[in-house]
Amino acid sequence: MIEILDMSLLALMAVLAVAIARLRNLFAVVMVAGLFSLLSAAMFLVLDAVDVSFTEAAVGAGASTVILLATLLLTERREKPPARFSPWPFIIVVATGATLVYGTLDMPHYGDPAAPIHQHVAPRYIEKSPAEIGVPNMVTSVLASYRGYDTLGETTVIFTAGLGLLLLIGQSLRFRDKGENP
Amino acid sequence: MNDNIILRVTAKIFIPCILLFAFYVQFHGDFGPGGGFQAGVIFAAAFVLYALIFGAEEAKRIAPPKVVQVGAALGVLIFAGTGVASLFLAGNFLDYNVLQHDPIHGQHLGIILVELGVGITVAAVMISVFFCFAGRGRS
Repeated sequence: MIEILDMSLLALMAVLAVAIARLRNLFAVVMVAGLFSLLSAAMFLVLDAVDVSFTEAAVGAGASTVILLATLLLTERREKPPARFSPWPFIIVVATGATLVYGTLDMPHYGDPAAPIHQHVAPRYIEKSPAEIGVPNMVTSVLASYRGYDTLGETTVIFTAGLGLLLLIGQSLRFRDKGENP
Repeated sequence: MNDNIILRVTAKIFIPCILLFAFYVQFHGDFGPGGGFQAGVIFAAAFVLYALIFGAEEAKRIAPPKVVQVGAALGVLIFAGTGVASLFLAGNFLDYNVLQHDPIHGQHLGIILVELGVGITVAAVMISVFFCFAGRGRS
């Protein structure tokens, strides 16, 4: 049953990816990209990664769609058709995809208890976190406590990204006005 | 878009629910799925919805860009400040055990503070990113 769900989700995502590459109307591209994010959120849900799925639905399908739509206000609604057909992008994409698929052949099977990722620190977190942290959601205890440094770094990255954007395009209009009418 | 009465009424009903859901995700993150990152984005989504329907100027009156920018820094400061506080209480940086007498309570307090910092920063950055783009489209 779950395989049918996986297959149909992946098939729909492949169709949407081709549609994003083919469409020339940028408004439609943004909408289809949002749908793609929503489907990957569903995919994460099927994989039992509820927190990741939640983030993907909020950030990927929600916030980035709105920001892309806001960007569309500043630019054209339609993508210019390419001047002439070139086979190279297609060849590069197929080669990269084939390499990635070849890489997955070496990976352990999904849910394999002998996989290296389940042998390292995960058993310790699962055994000790109820006694050490006492928070029912183990993802939160890893994210905020065991890996607090990483999360502090991530928060700083978000802050720096916002700061950079503000410095680049946030205040520029006011400065330009000042320069033109002293 | 702001003379469309159906949109305006629907948004007025939805926005309080979105904000309430953001707070639920923020403070229930240690028990269920969720946490600061998701809550921050959902909280910002309410403001973005408001700005889309009532206009960016009206939204800037409610969330002044200056306040939002201070909020972005404040969140990181809360996070790092929790770490510094644990340093002063003779623990390691971001070691929440020392924040309260009981290590479990300390961990709980530390996680809530840290997630609050993440939530404030993410919401503030999302809102200011949206204002950046919305402000440019207008001129």
